[in-house]
Amino acid sequence: MEPILSVEHLSVTFTRYGRGLNRVELNPIRDLSLAVEPGRVTAVVGESGSGKSLLAHAVLHLLPRNARVGGSIHYDGAPLTRERAVALRGREIALIPQGVTWLDPMMKVGDQLRRGRGGGEVRDRCRAALERYGLGAGVEELYPFQLSGGMARRVLIACAVADRPRLIVADEPTPGLDIRAAGRVLGHFRELAEEGAGVLFITHDLGLARTVAHKVVVFREGQTVDEVPAHCFQTGEGLTHPYSRALWRAMPENDFL
Amino acid sequence: MKHRLKFTIKKLLRMALLLLGVSLTAFLLMDASPLDPLQTNIGQAALGTMSPEQIARLENYWGVDAPATERYLGWLGGVLRGDFGVSLLYRRPVLEVIGQRLAGSLWLLVCAWILSGALGLALGLAAGARRGRWPDRLIRGYCLTVSSTPAFWLALLLLMVFAVWLKVLPIGLSVPIGGGQATLPERLRHALLPGLTLSITGAANIALHTREKVIDVLDSDCILFARARGEGHILRRHVLRNVALPAITLQFASIGELIGGSVLVEQVFSYPGLGQAAVAAGLGGDMPLLLGITVITAAIVFGGNLAADLLYGVIDPRIRRGAARK
Repeated sequence: MEPILSVEHLSVTFTRYGRGLNRVELNPIRDLSLAVEPGRVTAVVGESGSGKSLLAHAVLHLLPRNARVGGSIHYDGAPLTRERAVALRGREIALIPQGVTWLDPMMKVGDQLRRGRGGGEVRDRCRAALERYGLGAGVEELYPFQLSGGMARRVLIACAVADRPRLIVADEPTPGLDIRAAGRVLGHFRELAEEGAGVLFITHDLGLARTVAHKVVVFREGQTVDEVPAHCFQTGEGLTHPYSRALWRAMPENDFL
Repeated sequence: MKHRLKFTIKKLLRMALLLLGVSLTAFLLMDASPLDPLQTNIGQAALGTMSPEQIARLENYWGVDAPATERYLGWLGGVLRGDFGVSLLYRRPVLEVIGQRLAGSLWLLVCAWILSGALGLALGLAAGARRGRWPDRLIRGYCLTVSSTPAFWLALLLLMVFAVWLKVLPIGLSVPIGGGQATLPERLRHALLPGLTLSITGAANIALHTREKVIDVLDSDCILFARARGEGHILRRHVLRNVALPAITLQFASIGELIGGSVLVEQVFSYPGLGQAAVAAGLGGDMPLLLGITVITAAIVFGGNLAADLLYGVIDPRIRRGAARK
């Protein structure tokens, strides 16, 4: 299947001024390659603070100006340039961010969902997106601080789904949720994939990744070290890379002692 | 409704304590001042020609011999009954003098307040939105220069350029000399330079603070998310909304700075306002007038901050709805 998103040898470098005029180079992503197929969930698993979020920002061209990006990102068969990314953001490519702080605290949920666009069609689509995740029309009148953690997460997903995107980039969308709530959120991702979207699911939690994803990409110290079907992490069979095996063994049920 | 009442009572109590403290401090400073009111207001030569009885009567009038506690408590008792006393220099009730002077200063202050707020907000937004690029550098450089310039020096500079060299604006006072009843355009012409001085210094501070806030907001996750969703008009839709609260704080906090600045600026322009009266009262040993001005201006500044607090409740949904829910 032709991937909707393919990332090859991506690197992200930051140049910062350290003490005095010394320039410090930070290189959180050195060599990252992956492909996201439509209708599939691809999980990127890496340690907390390993720069996974930068992958999401690089795809959407949201990196700060002092970042340099190397390698190539292709979307739908063509290079994803800045102009193209800007045109596709919020239309074909949607971001599901980490939490409620990504909503404007001073604006009602409904207004944010509609992005200042009026019209009955937009209104209906947004209402349908909220309803899909069990949120009533009353939620539109709430401010972000009035949402519970789970509600906020569902609002953020609704934001993405209202656009009917072809590629969904979900950046750690479950921290702070209990297992059942997280399970529901992940179920939504699977659902979106079944409707034909490609889902890039970025997480530190291998347990979650292997239940929801079709494919797991293991990311360590700025590089992709392994790419395996998710079921390999269920049984441990077919894991060849030593780091992947170590990861699998580190899970509580796999006698990590 | 209960929280509103509690809030108001708490604020009023705080205001009473503040005014008490301010008046006491002003009184003690005045009392410690080495100025002899007799020598300052009557003059060494005139004093020499007076009889001891006359001098004693004058000393009694200026309250030279009365102990400090007695004088302060006497003043405080009068104020609590609504009597601010009589100005020793102007020989009229203090409230009347203040009212007249305040009317002169008020529209100078109001104009400067609105102008500096609007100008500061606009410059701050423009600089913050283009951080690091040339408009930002230009605005920041200008603001830093102006805010490190003393207001009175700027006033002298403007006076020199517009009144002395170009001769397009009057050199001082609030009405033409000997003009009798002044027309509105004439008053405006006279208020222009002092108003401009106050606005320029005020706007620079507000612009620098607003710029920082705009940058904070632009760096926040919610702006990133808005961009990720392809939203347009981010500055108007999100930044302005989130900058509104700090902007209100700055705007109302600037009242204090404005009144402080007006003391010097009015002196430079010989503008007969409250600030000039404060200087005259301080240097002339006119205790009732000085205490009156101090207390009234402190109340105005406090009122400004209170207005900002109340406006938060109107603007910020977290306070408005959060409080209503309790």
